[in-house]
Amino acid sequence: MSDVVNAWLQAGASPLFWPAIVLLAALAGFSIVRTAALEGRWAGSFTAAVFGLWVLFFWEVLVRCLDVSRVFLPAPSFVLASMAEHAPKLWGDFVQTVGKAVLIGWALGCGLGFCVAVAIDRMPFLQRGLLPVASLTSAIPLVAVAPIAVMWFGFEWPSKAAVVVLMTFFPMLVSTLAGLKAAGKLERELMYSYAASYSRTLVALRLPSALPHIFNALKVNATLALIGAIVAEFFGSPTSGLGFRISTEAARMNMPLVWGAIVVAAVTGSGAYALLVALERRAAFWHPSIRGK
Amino acid sequence: MAEIDTPVLALGRPGARTQKTPLQRFRHNGLPVVVVLLTVLLAWYMAAWRLNAPGAIERVLDSDAGYTQRELFEATMTMERPLMPAPHQVAIDFYESLTEWPVDNPRNLLYHVAVTGQSTLIGFVMGTALGLLLSILIVHSRTLDRALMPWIVASQTVPVLAIAPIVLVILGTLGFSGVAPKAVIAMYLCFFPVTVAMVAGLRSPQTIETEMMHTYAASRWQSLWLLRMPAALPFLFPALRVGVAAGLVGAMVAELPTGAVAGLGARLLTGSYYGQTTQIWSALVMSALLGLTLTASVALVERMVLRNRGGVA
Repeated sequence: MSDVVNAWLQAGASPLFWPAIVLLAALAGFSIVRTAALEGRWAGSFTAAVFGLWVLFFWEVLVRCLDVSRVFLPAPSFVLASMAEHAPKLWGDFVQTVGKAVLIGWALGCGLGFCVAVAIDRMPFLQRGLLPVASLTSAIPLVAVAPIAVMWFGFEWPSKAAVVVLMTFFPMLVSTLAGLKAAGKLERELMYSYAASYSRTLVALRLPSALPHIFNALKVNATLALIGAIVAEFFGSPTSGLGFRISTEAARMNMPLVWGAIVVAAVTGSGAYALLVALERRAAFWHPSIRGK
Repeated sequence: MAEIDTPVLALGRPGARTQKTPLQRFRHNGLPVVVVLLTVLLAWYMAAWRLNAPGAIERVLDSDAGYTQRELFEATMTMERPLMPAPHQVAIDFYESLTEWPVDNPRNLLYHVAVTGQSTLIGFVMGTALGLLLSILIVHSRTLDRALMPWIVASQTVPVLAIAPIVLVILGTLGFSGVAPKAVIAMYLCFFPVTVAMVAGLRSPQTIETEMMHTYAASRWQSLWLLRMPAALPFLFPALRVGVAAGLVGAMVAELPTGAVAGLGARLLTGSYYGQTTQIWSALVMSALLGLTLTASVALVERMVLRNRGGVA
């Protein structure tokens, strides 16, 4: 191991190091410019991937060769090694934060928001009262209720789930209410001319046309739920959880593991988003916003 | 939804919703909000009563001697360190912190507002400037667009706030403390939404408009300043509202792990360490007010800017 480390350091000390780096940087720039000029469906993502790989490469090489302190910035390989080494720990954190707090809180918050929106659909008075209040909550740092949630529900996951419920409820309520108004006048009048009942119109026309709004809220809420659960764990948590791992390992200056926990959170966030996009395509395949793609 | 049940009737009354007196407008828009808020207040009192009752029976009332329901209710409303402080307790604590201590005293909530608000605003300005700059570059460079944009969009699905402790450690080893780390965290939280919105906004002019600029032989700079920028403004302001709210959360979170003694986040944390529930609640109310004020200021600027542009606002 130390031979490898020394080899890296020797490379960093050699007089050819900086010329080599400049040459590689020129190569990287050239390759990115060339791939960006490509045409085709996947060309955009391809350029981004090439760019990302080059960033990782320079990060690794510079950190290794210049002997940057691990506290300051660990090389990607250190992060991967640390993730492999602490895999059971990180899996436990994932189950604790994502499996329990985020999933349950997200489902409850979104479900409640949806149900309340449908319930007050026939009560314009309540809508006019709730909508302004619900819209204003987006300006409020709701995650700050975490200490209170800890006091009420204890250190375990229910307190984090409670914060997530609060954070996801209002976006879902606002979006569903907007979605229920999205059905066109023409279609609604058609349903009226069929003498369709209120519930029939709701199920056959208005809920389907609300789907894009609802899925938008589900996607936004997935990210919000992750943030809520992780930040709530900063305020106090049991001995596992992604937020707990990030804050305690950062305090112990064990930065590779902190980065590892963040990689887990990032992969979870983008994975959840991709899953919801795929679901939306299946559920609302007929909608113009999806048909065009 | 009356208009759905009777669409024909609604059709038959064109202009039915014009010309309302202020009182009618209040009854239509304001009254429901007041009713909802009063319901919340009532629910809060009920919750305080229910949640504090066991503690009050144990700590305040003498259960051997017996007590009336009225005594129990009064005890739950006036407890020290209750599980759920009643609204008037929070209001009194809030008011006293503002009036009984000088502004530079840590017991005054305004002191913490100043600390948190300062780093939020610095970060907000820096993040917005950075986002504007990068979005202009992205719009003009296919390479940057292809290489960076997917990552910036993907960052919206990732809990970027989780990086905050890392930023604190890195800046800490570089010798920065106090405002700088908090402002940096607020900055990168503002940066992402502003960039995404501005790239969309700068691209929003239609082909016919960009072609007209071309026929005028307008330079890139002119078409940016005269066409793209004004067209992007309606995209920019919603992103600024999102960004300033996110920046506030970032600044508050940044106050947690540093052992900071000042700022709303630190106030929340010390409150929870010492079980000062009323203090937590008034800090919570204060951060909500700060968030609303910041967002409202952005909205005010938005109205002032867009009013001069007729048609859009």
